[in-house]
Amino acid sequence: MKFAVVVFPGSNCDHDAYHAVKHVLGQDAEFVWHKDASLRGADVVLLPGGFSYGDYLRTGAIARFSPIMREVTRFAAGGGPVIGICNGFQVLLECGLLPGAMLRNRSVQFQCEFVHVRVEQVDTPFTAACVPGQVLRIPIAHGEGNYYAEPDVLTALEANRQVIFRYTTASGDVTEAANPNGSLNNIAGICNTQRNVVGLMPHPERACELAVGSRDGLVVLESVVKSVSSAGGALAGSPQ
Amino acid sequence: MTSGPISDSVLERHGLKRDEYARILEMLGREPTLTELGIFSVMWSEHCSYKSSRVHLKTLPTTGPRVLQGPGENAGAVDIGDGLAAVFKIESHNHPSFIEPYQGAATGVGGIIRDIFTMGARPIALLNSLRFGSLDLPLVRRTMTGVVAGIAGYGNSIGIPTIGGEIGFDESYTGNPLVNVFCLGISRADEIIKGTASGAGNPVYYVGAKTGRDGIHGATMASAEFDDKSAEKRPAVQVGDPFMEKLLLEACLEVMKTDTLVGIQDMGAAGLTCSTCEMGSRGGAGVEIDVSLVPQRETGMTPYEIMLSESQERMLLVVKRGREAEVERIFEKWDLHAVCIGTVTTDGRMRVKDRGTVIAEIPNTALTDEAPLYRRPMQEPAYLAEVRRFDPAELGAPAAPAAVLRRLLASPGVASKRWVYRQYDHMVRTNTLVTPGMGAGVVRIKGTTRALALSADCNARFVYLDPYVGAQLAVAEAARNVACAGGEPIGATNCLNFGNPEKPEVMWQFAKAVEGMGAACRALGIPITGGNVSLYNETDGRAVLPTPVLGMVGLLEDADRAVRRTFREAGDVIVLLGESKAEIGGSEYLKVMHDRIAGSPPALDLAREAGLQRLLVAGAKTGLIRSAHDCAEGGLAVTVAESCFDTGIGAVVDLEAVGAPDQALTSVMTLFSESASRAIVSVVPARVPELLELAREHGVPARRIGLVGGSTLRFGIDGVPVAEVALAEAQEIWETALERALEVEPALA
Repeated sequence: MKFAVVVFPGSNCDHDAYHAVKHVLGQDAEFVWHKDASLRGADVVLLPGGFSYGDYLRTGAIARFSPIMREVTRFAAGGGPVIGICNGFQVLLECGLLPGAMLRNRSVQFQCEFVHVRVEQVDTPFTAACVPGQVLRIPIAHGEGNYYAEPDVLTALEANRQVIFRYTTASGDVTEAANPNGSLNNIAGICNTQRNVVGLMPHPERACELAVGSRDGLVVLESVVKSVSSAGGALAGSPQ
Repeated sequence: MTSGPISDSVLERHGLKRDEYARILEMLGREPTLTELGIFSVMWSEHCSYKSSRVHLKTLPTTGPRVLQGPGENAGAVDIGDGLAAVFKIESHNHPSFIEPYQGAATGVGGIIRDIFTMGARPIALLNSLRFGSLDLPLVRRTMTGVVAGIAGYGNSIGIPTIGGEIGFDESYTGNPLVNVFCLGISRADEIIKGTASGAGNPVYYVGAKTGRDGIHGATMASAEFDDKSAEKRPAVQVGDPFMEKLLLEACLEVMKTDTLVGIQDMGAAGLTCSTCEMGSRGGAGVEIDVSLVPQRETGMTPYEIMLSESQERMLLVVKRGREAEVERIFEKWDLHAVCIGTVTTDGRMRVKDRGTVIAEIPNTALTDEAPLYRRPMQEPAYLAEVRRFDPAELGAPAAPAAVLRRLLASPGVASKRWVYRQYDHMVRTNTLVTPGMGAGVVRIKGTTRALALSADCNARFVYLDPYVGAQLAVAEAARNVACAGGEPIGATNCLNFGNPEKPEVMWQFAKAVEGMGAACRALGIPITGGNVSLYNETDGRAVLPTPVLGMVGLLEDADRAVRRTFREAGDVIVLLGESKAEIGGSEYLKVMHDRIAGSPPALDLAREAGLQRLLVAGAKTGLIRSAHDCAEGGLAVTVAESCFDTGIGAVVDLEAVGAPDQALTSVMTLFSESASRAIVSVVPARVPELLELAREHGVPARRIGLVGGSTLRFGIDGVPVAEVALAEAQEIWETALERALEVEPALA
């Protein structure tokens, strides 16, 4: 199974995602340059973290215009699994593949630390191997991860079970203190209505080996391998 | 190329002395043009020429079996096995960080990262060593918040983890903070690239950000004291663009994989001037450029401004003739334009043209090797006699030890720096095995079994009290910190922060410190592969504490054996390695409880220190040592407390077991003395004899002093508590002190 790791100018978690997929998970991974027009037959698309275009206008605001994003949008429309992590999530918000927006963290500071997130739904390709309510200990590293959506959008997200990850305590309780950045409803990650596009602020790819503090994030990548395999590769809806 | 005679006021504005000007006349055989004067001014500034420090720096040990690159290049390099090199250096950005804290610190990070990737190495870790005044002052709080945000803003964006460092506080840094930044990168040992220009006719390329008027005379500013007019120097501080640097980093590393480059150098201090003449000088060649070809951000820039601009994120490359298209193509991919601005020549001169007309022509060596060299007068400072007269008896009856411990844990120098390092992305690149706040930072080297332990250290109070011994202690502490993590110290870089070298007392401090540093490095077998000198750290005539910071690199053969500072399990035995003596001079205790910096620093036996470090590395290799923490600021009590923090498990320590039988130590001395060459380690009970035997073999005294367990930090004699603080309370004090001092709302998380 092949993962396309999209590289924007300013991506800086691209190597980490590649390492997690290729060397920890043992799957094929390929960097895809943002100016490329093809995903080269990938089964999964991963938009990594970083500061695409320096995040100078708004986080992810310029990356959405990269040529590869047209292909990513088509791939997603065809049902292909797409995950955006941190800046990748921000890009997905900017290009409209996911609803809502990011505000600066409540602390008005960049925050890098381990947090706990609860898996809310397991019917997405990126949570299929999780147990409902499973709590993952994975790190965040962002300055703008304070998720915001208009009230009607938020209501719809909750009604459609599109909230996939929520910040909680270690025991899985949604509390204000467990919310690191002020996100509405403690939202850490969401999916689209088709459920094949997932974005989250925490970094599962940074939590795939005990040596670096946790392997709780690996299940997210394992999930998509399981989903694509059991669908016989049929998830990838882009014409190859 | 003619101009009138240069007036005194013009010379003064350029920071040049009359006799230096006479030398310029002699070297050129004529009056310099204003552009040439500007070029001499920056290249002969203290910052670029090391004119006051070079004679002393030459005495430092810079060679060793692992050294691949010593001083003189953009960074040093040591062999770490598997055909790989660790390329590293530390550099200061003190003056800009006072004038504009965010940009000053940010561009400091940008500058040191360029020094590393210029050598062909991919940067994988950053450290910083910071000093600020008292946080009681709003100015200092603003400076510190800005510096931390600037470091975070640059390092996070470019995606290099900041994995450790140190922060100290003293009133002397109020108007002159220290911002020292260390970067380490990894390259193939046989693919290190030099900053050299050679091969007549090879094209010289400029790539990166356009040149603007920012930072003109930054190097000259960094070579003068501050006064009340320094705030007006704000335009001399550069503005950083980490996104541009990220593009440059990736593009340069990609170009370096091809075989198209002769040499490459970043444009840091003194910008285009420095990179041009240094590359030419190293390669024994000349370089000719035309400033009209240099991409410019502003209109109407003069050649003088273009040559002296310190705009950030710019590189100068010498490309092999005939390979230009390959190089240009790679930069285009990254949306960067590589522009040919000149060629390499054979005449050893730096020739600058403006639309074809020569406006400066100077032999490279006049600007580099033949720059002024001073053996400045030295004199032992008068304050030393006074501080040496210190007698602990004059302090009166000590406060209750538990109260002292609480005070020390709340001291900004000791307190948790989480507020700081939480703002740094310390996990990106997924190599960080030991995160900030847990001792030396440790990063694994992917594709190998190895890891590197990194630490930056200096106790400036000790250096102030005795520059020779103090600098030795700084080397010892930095090396001990990486050894605690299991790393064998294999190389170091230094950042020497001192006052005005024209004052004999400051020069004396500097010379003694360098001498001590050299002696310690020789005794411990650690080469210094490069570094940086920052002088004129003075405000209104008052110098900072002499602060020679060491950036230390330790090598772990087995990344899985990295040791953290925290205790692991209740029931483990706490062992003190080394000897506690009645040494309170220069201690945190004396500063916090009595507001004094006095006495003598702790004595240092370098053979004992070397034995301790070998013991720590050996004990880590076999998994015998389960935790190890260097015993430094705040002494034994603070060290034990920090070993408990974040574990939820307390400790019980028997103070009678701490001191050697022949040392009748008071409780205060036992708890808070800062004797050198000590570490607190923990071990499973069954392996205590093994550890004691290993210690004996290494000539290190080792004593079983307590047990991990309980919910308090309990220090007692014969079971009677001398000091006892609930662990939760101690941790709360330690964790929140810095935020409280900065008057920042504690984060909700």
